[in-house]
Amino acid sequence: MSEEKYIPKSKLAQWLDTRLPLLTLSHHLTSYPTPKNLNYWWTFGGILTFCLITQIITGLVLAMHYVAHVDHAFESIEHIMRNVNYGWLIRYIHANGASMFFLAVYIHIFRSLFYGSYKSPREVIWIIGLLIYILMMATAFMGYVLPWGQMSFWGATVITNLFSAIPIIGESVTTWLWGGYSVDNPTLNRFYSLHYLFPFLIFGLVVLHIWALHVPGNNNPIGIEVKKNSNETIPFHPYMVMKDLIALLAFIIIFLWFVFFAPNVLGHPDNYIEANPLVTPAHIVPEWYLLPFYAILRAIPSKLGGVIFMFAAIFVLMFLPWLDKSKVRSATFRPIYKKLFWILLFTVLMLGYLGAKPPEGIYLFLSRLGTAYYFIHFLILLPLIGRYEKTDPLPQSISDPVLEKPGIIDKFKKAAAQYEGENVGSFK
Amino acid sequence: MLVLLNRIILIIYIVLSGFSAHSEESNVKYKKTDWTFDGIFGTFDRASLQRGYQVYNEVCSGCHSIQHLSYRNLSEAGGPEFTIEEAKAIASQFEIEDGPNSDGEMFMRPARLSDKFVKPYPNIESSTAANGGAYPPDMSVLAKARSGGANYIYSLLLGYDESPEGVELDDGVYYNAYMPGNKIKMSSPLSDGIVEYSDGTKVTMEQVAKDVTTFLVWASEPHLESQHKMGFKVIIYLIILFILVYMSKQKVWSNLNPKKPEEEETFDVVERVITEYEGEDPKTFK
Repeated sequence: MSEEKYIPKSKLAQWLDTRLPLLTLSHHLTSYPTPKNLNYWWTFGGILTFCLITQIITGLVLAMHYVAHVDHAFESIEHIMRNVNYGWLIRYIHANGASMFFLAVYIHIFRSLFYGSYKSPREVIWIIGLLIYILMMATAFMGYVLPWGQMSFWGATVITNLFSAIPIIGESVTTWLWGGYSVDNPTLNRFYSLHYLFPFLIFGLVVLHIWALHVPGNNNPIGIEVKKNSNETIPFHPYMVMKDLIALLAFIIIFLWFVFFAPNVLGHPDNYIEANPLVTPAHIVPEWYLLPFYAILRAIPSKLGGVIFMFAAIFVLMFLPWLDKSKVRSATFRPIYKKLFWILLFTVLMLGYLGAKPPEGIYLFLSRLGTAYYFIHFLILLPLIGRYEKTDPLPQSISDPVLEKPGIIDKFKKAAAQYEGENVGSFK
Repeated sequence: MLVLLNRIILIIYIVLSGFSAHSEESNVKYKKTDWTFDGIFGTFDRASLQRGYQVYNEVCSGCHSIQHLSYRNLSEAGGPEFTIEEAKAIASQFEIEDGPNSDGEMFMRPARLSDKFVKPYPNIESSTAANGGAYPPDMSVLAKARSGGANYIYSLLLGYDESPEGVELDDGVYYNAYMPGNKIKMSSPLSDGIVEYSDGTKVTMEQVAKDVTTFLVWASEPHLESQHKMGFKVIIYLIILFILVYMSKQKVWSNLNPKKPEEEETFDVVERVITEYEGEDPKTFK
């Protein structure tokens, strides 16, 4: 970064900073130059950090009261809900927090897709972000198993069974994952252990994600590079901090609305029935945030094929920076890509809807259509339009008046044109 | 800002409407009544909860357990709010196994406030065996464990009917319009006058169903009232904080380029050109 060298004022601070540059780090974080045109879609990074920390803190308290045993897990959750002081609040924050976390991460990812934030020189940020997303899904899945309700048990059975589709070693892998011959106490115990571990791995990756971000700096809605330390950037503190705080508060209001007034809307009622290996629920559905992948899984007629396509749907994103060759980042200047973006968003939402439906008739047909389009979008359309799309002219800088509303000059021209009844372009 | 909020709520709504469509049973139109606990200010009707407990105790508890509820809960704030003495009296009607004592023997004693509700059967298997092979579900979280919640339970209790033509019912199976699959092994549990209310409330089937459903909703969510109360305060607090932070942000950001010098300059140039061209007051162009 091209900031001038920071030297702390006091002798003591200098002594510390030369040995451990904490103050330099803090200076860097507060003065970190951000493009002044970042819109509210850029506030979700901060919101996601908040979500992670909220989950860790509430999870820590829940872990003090939860018992990871098939005979006591369900009961210990009810103990938390009824007897632990504000246990209901902590658990509802944690349970709804997972949903909110995913809501925010999906917005964050689609913002990246729209504004081309994954493109050079930000590929590493993108890939680390995807790793975080994958870990988040694993963590959330294992967390959903812990209450040991019907959906916990059967969801775990369905998802872990996917590994049995792997040729030759599949069965052994599944047995190894279960720690037995079905989802049982050893499975619950290890899921609990890993559910506690993964958030800290995520936290480490978040640090790397932010580090990787601070090397090239933020992308912005125009998608052209900003000149650092010019009037195009503003320091992170207080400007972006204030903006992030507004978005965060709005987010928390929505979040807590769910917690206090509709805490079970996002969960499945069957998960309030204690797990019973002898009774299979009518429809086994995962949490809403995994539904698009579930739809892809069930769209493919073969089990192994379904598993491959489901994992491919995530891993194809890893190659996105190289699939999308267009030099222009922001969809604002890419008329065709912009349309494809909205079609993709619609497709993913549709797949999410279909994931909750039984895989038959029109639902199955649409799932297949959506799955096919999902891959066509990334593997065929993006490379093609990257090459052939005619993009709109880019402004010279993020403060180029071309982008702003008609300025005083345009008003003058118009008025003059009316007055004169002729082209007044010569006044430029 | 409002646009952004709208968009977020819209997105949540889309996701939600997709999700809540998962259950086929949700197509059933449930009977509804005016629940006092609905909505953000919802509270329980104490008298209804107390009557509901009576119905549970006299009608349901022969088969259905509520194993996560304790007798002390009956006297706690936000619940039926029996007095401590009343709750103690209720508890002492039940015998509970305790021990081992100093001789290593298990013994029976009257239940205390700290005890969980005594179960009608010792385990699921015995309860299933005693009820024609259908397990009467534990009612601790029943209202949260059924799609439709309170309305589902209320409808089910009132949903018994003669089976329509073409529907064959085995012995010990009954027709219910609201049970998934319409076949249920519990016979209609309620009838007019099945209990005797001490507060003079008319014992209609609807009233009994309403009271016991209210009781079951409370049993599922004993902290519902404090949840609503705290929620309202928290949301109001956050909205005020939001407004203050929004104003602070406007103030902080107003430091950035209060006026755009470029535009001023351009305007000056334009003015000059017009003045030269026309030789008259350019104000009219504004």
